[in-house]
Parts: sequence; C-alpha cells; structure tokens
Amino acid sequence: MFANFDFSVIANSWVYLFQVGMVFTLKLTALAMLGGVALGTLLAMARLSSQRVLSLAAAGYVNLVRAVPLVLVIFWFYFLVPYIAAWLIGAAEPVKVGTFLSALVTFTLFQAAYYCEIMRGGIQAIPKGQVQAAQALGMNYWQTMSKVVLPQAFRNMLPVLLTQTIVLFQDVSLVYVLSVPDFVGAASKIAQRDGRLVEMYIFVALVYFIVCTLMSWLVRRMQRRIAIIY
Amino acid sequence: MHYNWNWHIFWELSPDGVHSYWDTLWSGLAWTLATSLAGWVIALALGTAVGTLRTAPNRWLRRFAICWVEVFRNIPLLVQMFLWFFVLPELMPRAAGDWLKALPNAPFVTAVLCLGFFTSARVAVQVAAGINALAGGQRLAALALGLSRVQAYEYVLLPLGLRIVLPPLASEFLNIIKNSSVALTIGLMELTASARSMQEFSFQFFEAFAAATVIYVIVNIIVVAGMTLLERRLALPGTLGGEARRAA
Repeated sequence: MFANFDFSVIANSWVYLFQVGMVFTLKLTALAMLGGVALGTLLAMARLSSQRVLSLAAAGYVNLVRAVPLVLVIFWFYFLVPYIAAWLIGAAEPVKVGTFLSALVTFTLFQAAYYCEIMRGGIQAIPKGQVQAAQALGMNYWQTMSKVVLPQAFRNMLPVLLTQTIVLFQDVSLVYVLSVPDFVGAASKIAQRDGRLVEMYIFVALVYFIVCTLMSWLVRRMQRRIAIIY
Repeated sequence: MHYNWNWHIFWELSPDGVHSYWDTLWSGLAWTLATSLAGWVIALALGTAVGTLRTAPNRWLRRFAICWVEVFRNIPLLVQMFLWFFVLPELMPRAAGDWLKALPNAPFVTAVLCLGFFTSARVAVQVAAGINALAGGQRLAALALGLSRVQAYEYVLLPLGLRIVLPPLASEFLNIIKNSSVALTIGLMELTASARSMQEFSFQFFEAFAAATVIYVIVNIIVVAGMTLLERRLALPGTLGGEARRAA
C-alpha cells in the first residue's frame, strides 16, 4: 500500500515546513500562552472578587468564550480586530492588521478563558489560613495575591497550565482557515502544489504526535516533582 | 469608523436564489447537530469500550487502550480531519476508496467518523476515571457474589462508574458540538461555515457571526439544562454523589 508513495516531497520541503511553518506555530503558541495566562489570572481574580459587577462580568466573558467554537472566534477577530484598531487610534477606516497579530489577539483572548478556570481552581485551593495570615501581617489585596497566593497557585497549577498549552499548540493549527502558513498551512500549501496530500498529512500527523507525546510525558514527570503537599 | 449595519440581512435572499440567509444559518445548525449527535453515538460506544479496557486485568488490553487515547489526543483535530478525508481513501483498496470519495455526503460521513473517534479517546479517559473512582470493594463484592468479570462490569461497575462521570461527559458532548465546526475545512456546511458564507456574500460579518454566536450559546444552555435533568433522574441514592445530586 505504500508502493506508490513518494516521500521525496518531504525531503524537499522539510526545511521550509519547520523554518516557516513550525516557527510561526511555536511563536504564536508561546506568545498566546504568556498573554493568555496573564489575562486568565486577572480574570480568575475578577471572578473570585467580592465586587459583584466585576465577578459577573468575568464569569460572563469566560462562559461566552467557552460556549463558542474556536473557528468562529478566529473568524470573529479576523474581521473585528481591524475595526477595534481603527477605534483605538481614531482612524476613519478599518486598519489593516496582519494575520499574525489578529491570530495572536484571538488566541490570547480565547485561551484566557480556559487559563482563567485553571487559575481559579489554583487560587481556591490555597488554604484560607494563608490569606488570613497575610492580612494579619498587614498586607493589602495585591500584596497578598502577588507574594502569597499566586506564587503557590502557579506552582501547583503549572502541569495543568502546560497541558492546556499543549492543547493550544494543537489548536493553533486552526489558523489554517485564514490561509496562514502555520505548520499545517505550510504543509497543505506544498501538498496541494505537488499533489502529494497523503505523504504530507501523514508526516504532519507524525510530527504533532511525537511533539505532543513528548511534551505530555515531560509534564507528567514534572507533576510528580513539583507538587506542594500541605 | 464606518460599518454599515443591516440587521434585516437575515431576511434577504442568499446567493442560491431560493433561501434567505436565515435559512442558510438554520440548515447550518441542522448539520451541526446531526454531525455532533451521530459522532457522539460512536464516541460513547467506542469510548466506553476503550475506557473499560483501560481498567482490564490484562496488561496488553490496557496498553492498547492507552495507545488509543494517546493517538487521538496528540494529533490536532484539523489534521485528523485531513487524514480521514484525504488520506484514508487512498490507503484503502482502490474500489473502496473510490466508493468513499464518491459518497454524496462524503464530508458529513468523514466528519462523523473523525469526531466520533477523536471524542472516543476523551470519553475513554472519563469512563476509566469513573470506574477507578469506585471503591475497590465494589468489584470484589460483585465477583464474590459469583458474577463473571463481564457481568461485574455490566451490572455494577459501568452503571455506577458512568453515573459518576456524567458531568464531564456532558462537557465532552458540548465539546463535540463546538469541534464539529472544524469540519468546515473539509467542506461541511455546518453552522460556522454557514455564517462564514453569509459574511462572504453579504459583507455583514458582524450580523452573521453574532447570529451564529447566539445560536451556539442557546444550544449550549439547552444541553446544560438537559444534562442537569438527566443527571438528577439517573442519580442513585446511597452512591458516590447520588445523595448530593438528589438534594440539589
């Protein structure tokens, strides 16, 4: 069944696939993770806030984002970001925004909702006594959060945050719908040019499988090492 | 900043000359639901089987179940969609491959299979977790009563284990509905694809995507409400979580 396979298409294109495609995918994953975790943590703090308006707004945002498919969100922002940018700088016409920036905004805002739920669990798992102790020492809210609660919450939740990042790494492939040369997009371009869909998609699947299996193995190893036991 | 609002667009004729844009979205929703439901049947059947194997006494059966989960979890859904749609027909015997490609609803059939297998891995993880969450005594008690291993699973472990993981299974069902949107890449005209085509032809992106978003949110709310009802009906007093749910 592999008789008429022609793997030279991969030999000829793998440098392009990794230098352009994989670099795009990894860059988007890393930046969206940083932005998503930061925004997600703020959202989690807002959700746990005693200010009703704040917690309702955060909960509403998180539930809305989690109710719609990522593909729809990608389309939303692809068309919305130019208008938001125009509104921000007061331009009369929608601003041309590159697909990378638009995708970055999309994934940051989308993943923030998922990271938020993880961080919320992490913050809630910190024993109440720690917060009370911090307050008894005279710390205000931000000091309590940044010096006592969040460092421990991050540490406990790191494996879950990283697992979510593996999901993000896979989800980035969906920018394909914007015809962006991420790893899948680049592969599909070459596959269609050379009429070699079978070899190319098998290769792409293998690369993802190896990378993701390796990463989840590392996360599991780390999980055993860093857990804080109360 | 100019955007030409036109909320009447839904009642205007779409380019097919027969249906309004509203009809387009409506048929998109029908495809989304049909794909998700059909996929869910496969996911539940395969997932329960593989999840059970994950708790089996035989080491090789357990390994098979672990590999199953890893394969479907570590390849992006989009790539799996392409594998089923572009690659699988080429790897099959020529006649079978041609038959598959010529199916009138090839994108639908492919999407159902792909989503079903993809989700089965997630269901399997939950089912195995549910069975493992049962006290070890349950299994031993069933065997001590003279039930065979198959009967122990059939009458004790699966009915109780599945009840425990009903909430995570509900969220997997919500996931399969959302994930069905990935099938637009292989040409299935589901809800997101319908909104996209409405945007392409009418240039009213805001109205189109807003309508799709609202529809997804409504479907979400209905599923969550239905699952809560189901959970309450199926709860067994005296089992793990049973009482709490009855009271709630």
